[in-house]
Amino acid sequence: MALLSVRNLHARVGDKDILKGIDLEVGPGEVHAIMGPNGSGKSTLAGVLAGREAYTVTQGEVSFDGQDLLSLPAEKRALAGVFLGFQYPVEIPGVGNLHFLRTALNAQRRSRGLEELDAMDFLQLAREKAKLVQLDTAFMNRSVNEGFSGGEKKRNEIFQMAVLQPRLALLDETDSGLDIDALRIVAGGVNALRSKERGMVVITHYQRLLDYIVPDRVHVMAAGRIVRSGGRELALELEEKGYGWLGLEQAKAPKEARS
Amino acid sequence: MSTDTLQELTRKGYSAGFVTDVEADTLPPGLDEDVIRQLSRKKGEPSFLLEWRLKSYRHWLTMKEPRWQAVRYAPIDYQAIRYYSAPKQKPKKGSLDEVDPEILRTYEKLGIPLHEQKLLQNVAVDAVFDSVSVATTFRDKLYKAGVIFCSFSEAVREHPELVERYLGSVVPYSDNFFAALNSAVFSDGSFCYVPKGVRCPMELSTYFRINAADTGQFERTLLVADEGATVSYLEGCTAPMRDTNQLHAAVVELVALDGANIKYSTVQNWYPGDAEGRGGIFNFVTKRGIAHRDAKISWTQVETGSAITWKYPSVILKGDNAVGEFYSVALTNHRQQADTGTKMVHIGKNTRSTIVSKGISAGHGQNTYRGLVKVLKSAQDARNYTQCDSLLLGDKCGAHTLPYIEVKNASSQVEHEASTSKIGEDQLFYCRQRGISQEDAVSMIVNGFCRQVFKELPMEFAVEAQKLLGVSLEGSVG
Repeated sequence: MALLSVRNLHARVGDKDILKGIDLEVGPGEVHAIMGPNGSGKSTLAGVLAGREAYTVTQGEVSFDGQDLLSLPAEKRALAGVFLGFQYPVEIPGVGNLHFLRTALNAQRRSRGLEELDAMDFLQLAREKAKLVQLDTAFMNRSVNEGFSGGEKKRNEIFQMAVLQPRLALLDETDSGLDIDALRIVAGGVNALRSKERGMVVITHYQRLLDYIVPDRVHVMAAGRIVRSGGRELALELEEKGYGWLGLEQAKAPKEARS
Repeated sequence: MSTDTLQELTRKGYSAGFVTDVEADTLPPGLDEDVIRQLSRKKGEPSFLLEWRLKSYRHWLTMKEPRWQAVRYAPIDYQAIRYYSAPKQKPKKGSLDEVDPEILRTYEKLGIPLHEQKLLQNVAVDAVFDSVSVATTFRDKLYKAGVIFCSFSEAVREHPELVERYLGSVVPYSDNFFAALNSAVFSDGSFCYVPKGVRCPMELSTYFRINAADTGQFERTLLVADEGATVSYLEGCTAPMRDTNQLHAAVVELVALDGANIKYSTVQNWYPGDAEGRGGIFNFVTKRGIAHRDAKISWTQVETGSAITWKYPSVILKGDNAVGEFYSVALTNHRQQADTGTKMVHIGKNTRSTIVSKGISAGHGQNTYRGLVKVLKSAQDARNYTQCDSLLLGDKCGAHTLPYIEVKNASSQVEHEASTSKIGEDQLFYCRQRGISQEDAVSMIVNGFCRQVFKELPMEFAVEAQKLLGVSLEGSVG
């Protein structure tokens, strides 16, 4: 059974339709890449799946591990194991990075009937996971994302994912704003977290990221729909031809593309 | 987020709102010279004090209630208030065994055990119940260090020379309407004297509790740190939930002689009234310290209670190199109104002051920062840094910042920074996406906002303050 199953999903912001019928199946252990030009609705899809309240779902359904995902508020989705790696991680002044993460982890552990981790055990876990993305501990004690560089923010997202061990990771443009070294570090962290149980949806504008995180499936979004799906060779094709030809094809034959 | 969650959560209870049933010795409501004489007689006061009270009263009669503050309330009927209420007990309490067990239980329920074996480590407590001090802990230990820490009434009996010398020396009876009223009718409070060169071996704390109905609480705190002495002092306040407003008009005077260091922290949780604004304490308080040469006075306050808060803990930086600090968190939820801030008056050379004010408004709360930085001609090279941040939760509350700056010496440096922000949907979503509930997320973000102030509190109370803020805010985001 698919871990995530999205059927005919429509969503809007205000009175503007953004998603116009998305179908997507992600099985456990699979990594799916979603590519597409700016404004195609990639980030909206991630936001809708994570429960951002700015979006209104007008049609369609989403099941996650057999549950109706759309009926749950954002925090319940997180507790169920949905993780969103933010394109623009948010700063929270005065709240320590580790304090924040421990609060989150313990909320998740409580909801699964596990004992909370005390500060010492947590610190040990955090130290170990931080190595994945080469974060040093001094940096972990600063306020959440405050004064972090773009690269540090993205590494921090992957670090949080490593600690929270989600069932499904939605990574929204995790590569944007990274230089090549930071990109390698972040991709290395993501790869280390691939597992048989975990599904991943990697949203990116550039195929470059997919040289490091090799996807099982690639989907191309345009104007609120998935217009092409294929193996990783599709990403390479896109790299060669750009997105221009897709717009035309999508305008002519949206129905076939959605099959 | 939905308005339902908001409304449901803002209906949270006020856990300190219970009433204790004790027999009380009270004076009938109303105020005239006779009431003051009776009050003074009941307390067996020396004549200098009665004279001072009468002088204050006569001056008060000539004064008008201030109207400049940004708060609204129905007129206070000063003749409807009871100016004295004391729990009945044996005339002199040799030990805690003689304190009414009901009262001990009250403090226990509030989390302030007065039995020494259960006491907070290293904190001496003076418990003021309605108009009188009912118990002071750790007195012997303090006495050995030379520190006098007792109720104001006892200080009047046992150290009249100290009281006569310092009473009114920082806040004269004519200072303002509420200070004059307090000077006329104050019933009790805490007194502390730390002798020359002594570092007080423990935290001192006064815990104020208003219990009786229709009673005003007018306590007076006088704290003197002699040359080179150091003391850290904390006050906490709660009151039962009642539909009518109760007046609390206190005066706190701090004297820091040359090289002395006073840290004064307040966690104020008077009953704030209900969600519609019924009931709650009217808190009109005058707090001021005078810092002599090389002395330092630091005020830290966390204000979450009261229907109305009107207070401006101030420092007169009289001596050269004196330092004044004011760290404040003021929260207004529901219909609460706060007009609070500080005054830093630079007189001595090279005096320094720091003001960090964090205002949080939720519900229909209105929060005003009002602060004065005054640099006199004599204050060569004075420096001030002011930072005022406001956080709005919801769209029906208000935050206002009114800084007054008067500089008469060109060598001084005065800096003012202010910011107003709304708690961000993005911040909340970020927390919730990690599995943190809405309420915990709000409390976490607000605590982060206040961290600069909380880190100034003694450790035991920083934790309390964080919890208090969390409770006072539950679900108040709209």
